[in-house]
Order: sequence, then C-alpha cells, then structure tokens
Amino acid sequence: MNAIDWDLVRSSLGPLLDGLLRGTLPLTAVSFVLGLVIALVIALMRLSGQRLVSGLARAYVSIIRGTPLLLQLFIVFFGLPSLGITLDPWPSAIIALSLNVGGYASEAVRGAILAVPRGQFEAAMTVGMGRTTTLRRVVLPQAARIAVPPLSNTLISLVKDTSLVSTILVTELLRKAQEIASPSFAFFTLYGVAAVYYWVVCLVLSFGQTRLETRLSRHVAV
Amino acid sequence: MSTPLLEARGLVKSFGANRVLRGVDVAVPSGSVTCLIGPSGSGKTTVLRSLNGLETPEDGTVRIGDVELDWATRPDARAVSRLRGQSGMVFQSHNLFPHLTVLDNVTSGPVFAQGRPRAEAREEARALLARVGLADKADAYPVQLSGGQQQRVGIARALATRPQVVLFDEPTSALDPELVGEVLRVMQSLAAEGWTMVVVTHEMRFARQVADQVLFLDGGVVVEQGPPSEVLVEPREPRTRQFLQRLLEPL
Repeated sequence: MNAIDWDLVRSSLGPLLDGLLRGTLPLTAVSFVLGLVIALVIALMRLSGQRLVSGLARAYVSIIRGTPLLLQLFIVFFGLPSLGITLDPWPSAIIALSLNVGGYASEAVRGAILAVPRGQFEAAMTVGMGRTTTLRRVVLPQAARIAVPPLSNTLISLVKDTSLVSTILVTELLRKAQEIASPSFAFFTLYGVAAVYYWVVCLVLSFGQTRLETRLSRHVAV
Repeated sequence: MSTPLLEARGLVKSFGANRVLRGVDVAVPSGSVTCLIGPSGSGKTTVLRSLNGLETPEDGTVRIGDVELDWATRPDARAVSRLRGQSGMVFQSHNLFPHLTVLDNVTSGPVFAQGRPRAEAREEARALLARVGLADKADAYPVQLSGGQQQRVGIARALATRPQVVLFDEPTSALDPELVGEVLRVMQSLAAEGWTMVVVTHEMRFARQVADQVLFLDGGVVVEQGPPSEVLVEPREPRTRQFLQRLLEPL
C-alpha cells in the first residue's frame, strides 16, 4: 500500500483550503489584531512606572507565558462554564488566542519602546508634545520598526498554534484534515497536505516580514 | 535695569550622592546671548536642562517670561510642561525624528503639540528652513543630511514653536570640525536678529564674538560671570584662567 494516496490528495485540496481560509486564517488575523491591542496596553502598563499597574501587567505576562496555551484554551472553553460563562467554540478560541498573543507580544512591544532613544522623548517634550502625542507621533512609529522581527515570530507561531483549537471543535485546517482522514485512516496523506498548507502560509508571512522591514527602514539607514 | 526675560535662582541638583549644582543663579535679559562654559562635569548642561525641566532640580526657581516654577514644591508634569513651552531646545546630537521628513520635523511642534493649522505651520516651516539655508531639503529625511545640516534643521525645529528663549546644548560638539562653522553662523545670525539664547558651548571664539555675557561654571557653581571681554580675555578667577589655558594649549 502506498503511503500517499494521490487521488485523496487531489480531492482533499479543496476542503482543506476551505479549512484554511475559513478557519485558520481568520482565527489568526482576528487573534493577532486583538492580541496586539492587548500587548500595547500591557506594555504601556508595565512602563507606566506605577507599581500596582506594572505589577498587574507583569503578573499577566507571567501567567500567560507560564502555562500551556492548550490549557488556557481549555480553561476558557471547558472551565468558564462552571463560573456560569458559557462561550461558543469560536469566541472561546479567539479569546484564548488573543490573550496568549497579548502576553507574548507585550514583551516585544515593551522592548521596542525601550529601544527608542531617550533623546527622541526629550526632543518631543521640548517641542511641546505631551505623553500621548509623543507616543503616537514619535515613539510608536519608531518602535513599530524595531518590533517587526519579534512580532513576526509571534504571528508565525500563532498560525500554527491555531491548530490547537481543533480540540474545542472549531473547524480549521487541522480539524478538517482529521475529519477527512478518519473514515479512511489516510492520516499520513491528509496531515501531509495540511502541513504543506501551514508551511506555505508561513513562507508567505516570512516574505511579507522582509518586505515590511525594508519598507520601515527606508529612512533610517541610507 | 529691566527684568530679565529668563531668571533662575538657587538651582540645586544631585545625581545620587553627587551634587552637580550647588546653588546656581542665571539671569538672561531679553534679546541677549548667554554662553555657559566650563570643564566637563561642571554642571553647565544640567543648568541648561533645568531651565526647561529635562532635569528636575531639588531646589531653586526658574522663571521665563511670566511662567515661574519653584522646584522645591515638586511641581507636577503640567506645570513643568508649561515652563518647557516657553523655550525651544537644540540638542548636541540633534535628536531629529528619523521617520519624519525635514519639513515634518519642523512642523512637529506647531502641528502635533500646539494644534496650529497645518498649512500655516508648513508655510512658516519653509521660511524657517530658508532661514537656516535648507529650503531645498524640506522633503529629505534626516538620514540623508550631513551633520551640520541636521543640526540646522534642529535649530529650525526649535524656532518653529515660537519660543521666548532658545536653549543650545553643545550644538557643535558632535560635528566634524569642518561642519561647525555653518551651524555657528546660523546661531550668530539668530543672535543678530534678537533671539534670546542660552548656549552651552566649548566654542570660545563664538562666545567671544556673539555672547553678551559668559558664565564660567566649575564644581556646580558659577565661578565667574560677565561680558566675554572680561571673563574670556581677562579672567579674575584662577580656575577660569586655568580652564581657558587648557583650551588654548591642550598638550
């Protein structure tokens, strides 16, 4: 028996693409955007210089980084109902992934903000900008460039981490592969196709990262 | 004698156990140029940065125009920024915003901070760039300019908020020697136009030609002050003499 069933490969390409386009990619995109918002808030809390606020942010990052993503997902989906909060698979998935991305990305954002030279803050202050304006007009545009490589890592990890939500019945790429493979036991074939899909997405994202880095550095180095 | 435009009294500042300012007074009449000179570690830059609250002295007062701050009362951020709004600053390392064009650097204060109409600010910024000899560089990015050009943009940016006083923190110290002149000439012409300027500098020739008064600092105090013809030419204090001697004969 051949390990790879090429007819099955051909017939599964469409359904798996569907799982990618309607599951994996939207999950990734929405969780990443929400995660970045959380990350910015957490990073600013940690840099606030107020002990309680930065302590809370520190605790958040510690918990997110110190526990498995799969467990975080289970707590939201299987655990919260015992507190009277019952969520559907999709919202559960997005909440767990966003919180997780927020924890990791906040460290990248914080590092990037700290990497903007002190003189930039001072120059902004001396032309009259307040904290918020300085952040928006001077610090974040420069921090964004610095944060691209670490945030790209987070994004690429996220693409693959979305596969964990197959365990709470969200139909995405991996779950689709499982569904198709189960009746025929053609796991090697289906997981192989799914792997190629994940890999291609990550290749495209890596390419995008390079383009973005070039674009953002164009005025910084000659 | 009329009231000085800028007046600082009794500035005291420590970094940890190191007392860098031990009661410094500065009085700057409107339209005059004051040069702060002294050896490294004398406190001259700290004095300058205390005038706009980039440093926070423990004691003393600073007044520019009718905005006064008593450092002993631990003023809040709003009070400090009100004082800061009275002055503009030119930094040793220019600190231009690298992600903005030259023109946007100059309009950053008027537009982002003062909320002035963009069109008006741009027009004024173009005039300022012409003023510092960089009318053709409006759309360039800072990285595309020479050090001297960057510093002249820094000057235009500092002037754009229409400050009462312009503070210069060793504006030529980071420049290659052949680029120093173009920056000093711009500063000289600003002085001639009547801008009130406080300049921390090691350029003794500039101080002698342009300054109305020179303050020599050492060990966190003003050791000697007066017109450059006295302080720089016939200093009374041995420490001033020693300092000037070392500048003339470094070896």
